[in-house]
Amino acid sequence: MIGDAVKAGLLLFAAVLVQTGIFSALTVFGGSIDLPLVTLLCISLLRGSIFGAVAGFWAGLLLDTATLGTLGFTSLLLTVSGFWIGRYGETTARDRAHAPFLSVGVVTILYALGSLALHFFLGEPAPARAVLVDTLPPELALNLLLTVPVYALCRRLFPPAELSDRVREVRLLG
Amino acid sequence: MGVLVLLALVLITVSFRGSADGVQSFGATVLRPFEVGAERVARPFRDAAGWTHDVLNAKSQNKKLERQVTQLQQQVVASQSAVQENADLKRQLAYVDSPSFQKLARDYDVVATRVISQPTSRFEQSIVIAAGRSQGLRVRDPVVTAKGLVGQVTKVFSRVARVTLLTDPGSAASASVLTDPSTIGVVQHGQGSEETLVLDRVPKAKPVRDGDVIVTSGSPAGGELPSLYPRGIQIGLVSSTGDSDTEPFKQIQIDPSVDYSSLQSVLVLVPKQPLPIRP
Repeated sequence: MIGDAVKAGLLLFAAVLVQTGIFSALTVFGGSIDLPLVTLLCISLLRGSIFGAVAGFWAGLLLDTATLGTLGFTSLLLTVSGFWIGRYGETTARDRAHAPFLSVGVVTILYALGSLALHFFLGEPAPARAVLVDTLPPELALNLLLTVPVYALCRRLFPPAELSDRVREVRLLG
Repeated sequence: MGVLVLLALVLITVSFRGSADGVQSFGATVLRPFEVGAERVARPFRDAAGWTHDVLNAKSQNKKLERQVTQLQQQVVASQSAVQENADLKRQLAYVDSPSFQKLARDYDVVATRVISQPTSRFEQSIVIAAGRSQGLRVRDPVVTAKGLVGQVTKVFSRVARVTLLTDPGSAASASVLTDPSTIGVVQHGQGSEETLVLDRVPKAKPVRDGDVIVTSGSPAGGELPSLYPRGIQIGLVSSTGDSDTEPFKQIQIDPSVDYSSLQSVLVLVPKQPLPIRP
């Protein structure tokens, strides 16, 4: 568990640095990749709700610190995202190949809506048309494309719990 | 989960009131070497992407620039005589001037610094730079590049600062047409892509043409509400103009001079005499 936490912490730290250094400057058809979000969702799917929530809080805190944004803003959104997808991973998503894509697709949309609402509540500019019409479709497509390599990497780093459970359940008879 | 959500809400509240600046400053200082390292690693890739983009657009840009050179050569001759005449007249009138971009050394200390974080969100068009209070930066200091206006400093820590770009929905700058300083308006973020700017509040009667250069208009010397930006910083070129019966002002779109998506280094203009803070 501690090993997983260290690995997840480092992976999300690297994802935040890559996001602030490279991906945020690259826009394709007006949208850009959200690497920390995709990484978090893949980790949550493989490690469950509590792990996902804590990882989301950590990733959000790093992002807000790196960009000198409002502390806690991204943490709130990523904590909820991580918990929800972690719960999905613990229940209906087991052994379903489409689960990572479904998770990333749905959460990318909800994350954009959540950010918009939170900015609105805080009295900050919240350009709904620009976010939902101009940016969201390309961002959704890019995030779904990114899911393939990121999920593959996460599966290597965080092998599904069922496999290790099965190994532990082996009994010698006789 | 509940505890983390509560903690996040507390952090938002504390941060929104500015009470978490110390913690954020410490965090930003710890992250700074990593961000600088990541920026160095990323630079060759960004350069490669920029090079490819430039090569693809080189031919059309070349034709456009040749046309511009011809126009500018004619303008230079006219400008040189105007500058000379202007200087003579100012001397005769003992004219007291407002801060100007052309007189940087007199009015501003210039801090050149590296960009360590690009805009990460569609909501906030801001960057993080590797200079802060230790280098003399203050909130509201103008930020420029050799190509034109970038934005203003909105948050300062000991060794890093946040710069809100002119393309942020909350940013605006008073501006005028270079060749007709009486045509004054407000440059702000427009609808469309992240880098769309518009010149608003220009009366329909004012003549504005495609290709006109838009610069910051500054403010009169000793004015009650001085502009943050000195006069004469280039913002961009007019890309299209239009009139609508339902709109009281001209609709003017600007093609920004600065490429806000690939800023690598910027200049912060620290006024030698800080602007008065008004409530």
